[in-house]
Amino acid sequence: MSALKADDPRIQAIQSSIRVVPDFPKPGIMFQDITTLLLDPKVFRDTIDLFVERYKSKSISVVAGIEARGFIFGPPIALAIGAKFVPLRKPKKLPGEVFRQEYDLEYGSDCLEMHVGALASGERALVVDDLIATGGTLCAAMKLLECAGAEVVECACVIEIPALKVTLFLQFHFPLL
Amino acid sequence: MFAAENGLSGDPRLQGIYEAIRVVPNFPKPGIMFQDITSLVSNHRVFKDTIDILVDRYKNMGISVVAGVEARGFIFAPAIALEIGAKFIPLRKAGKLPGAVISESYELEYGNDCLEMHVGAVNIGERVLVIDDLVATGGTLSAAIRLLERAGAEVVECACIIGLPEVEGRNRLDGKPVYILVEPRQQNYVVWYITLRSSLVLTFFICCNA
Repeated sequence: MSALKADDPRIQAIQSSIRVVPDFPKPGIMFQDITTLLLDPKVFRDTIDLFVERYKSKSISVVAGIEARGFIFGPPIALAIGAKFVPLRKPKKLPGEVFRQEYDLEYGSDCLEMHVGALASGERALVVDDLIATGGTLCAAMKLLECAGAEVVECACVIEIPALKVTLFLQFHFPLL
Repeated sequence: MFAAENGLSGDPRLQGIYEAIRVVPNFPKPGIMFQDITSLVSNHRVFKDTIDILVDRYKNMGISVVAGVEARGFIFAPAIALEIGAKFIPLRKAGKLPGAVISESYELEYGNDCLEMHVGAVNIGERVLVIDDLVATGGTLSAAIRLLERAGAEVVECACIIGLPEVEGRNRLDGKPVYILVEPRQQNYVVWYITLRSSLVLTFFICCNA
């Protein structure tokens, strides 16, 4: 869901600050580049504030950020709402014992990992990434957190790709399809 | 330069930061004592202290850009940028940034790696702070400094949470000061000794009763 009012001036500024780069990483993809958002301190501040306003009273004790762009937005939110930050990483980046979750790509699969012991059973978690497309990565993230006994309250992203919303709905509500 | 010798002597926050780091032996390969900061960022108070110390240091230095080195630099740098009102720019591994980039390669123990920055991310003359979680040989930070200077920026300082022994005694990297919060966490040998001794006692007990 796009939970925020589209006429909030902060939303419009955020939207305008995102740069679209055609044919990256491969032909046909219109890449949503958030680095231009990060170059505007006021817009970056507003982005974090919007998330903090939404989550500060939801008793969230864990903010999990997906490598690598989720590492940019997740920690400031965690710091502001008093939560711990937990990085969810590509394989073999985290030292020590990890949980692993594979997920499908358009061609092939990838894998997300989280430290064993990163959080306690029953903790309320927020997952953060810059963008949601099919939702494959976010689903993997949620499974990792649930593996560790956390309750995933919500996933938060700066950008969603509306054309892929239906796919996401299906994945969340009909996981066997 | 280490924080404890530069204005923060006796600051209890530094001890908290040091103790929050987890040492993982033999990662990513045998012989390396990996300094894991995930336990630090998992502790809200200590994570906040880390950011507060760095924000206090840099907020009045006229810094308009904070550059974070992928990926663990991304965990610390944006929070600092937000607090001091600076832009955040990611310095990334090859092929991750879309559009026009400049690249700088640097040496690893075996082979080379590459760091990239967007063309136009910094303006000529902008004052920049570079952030990473840890400095060892300084190869990555040197590449970061070169990238920023090629774009006409002035690197004011590099700041890292942890500084390895190779950097101790070297206050400057390529002419730039390096500010470090703590030394590497030493393995807790007392715990290992007790664990080992307990194992030996238990083995002896089992053998005696067998």
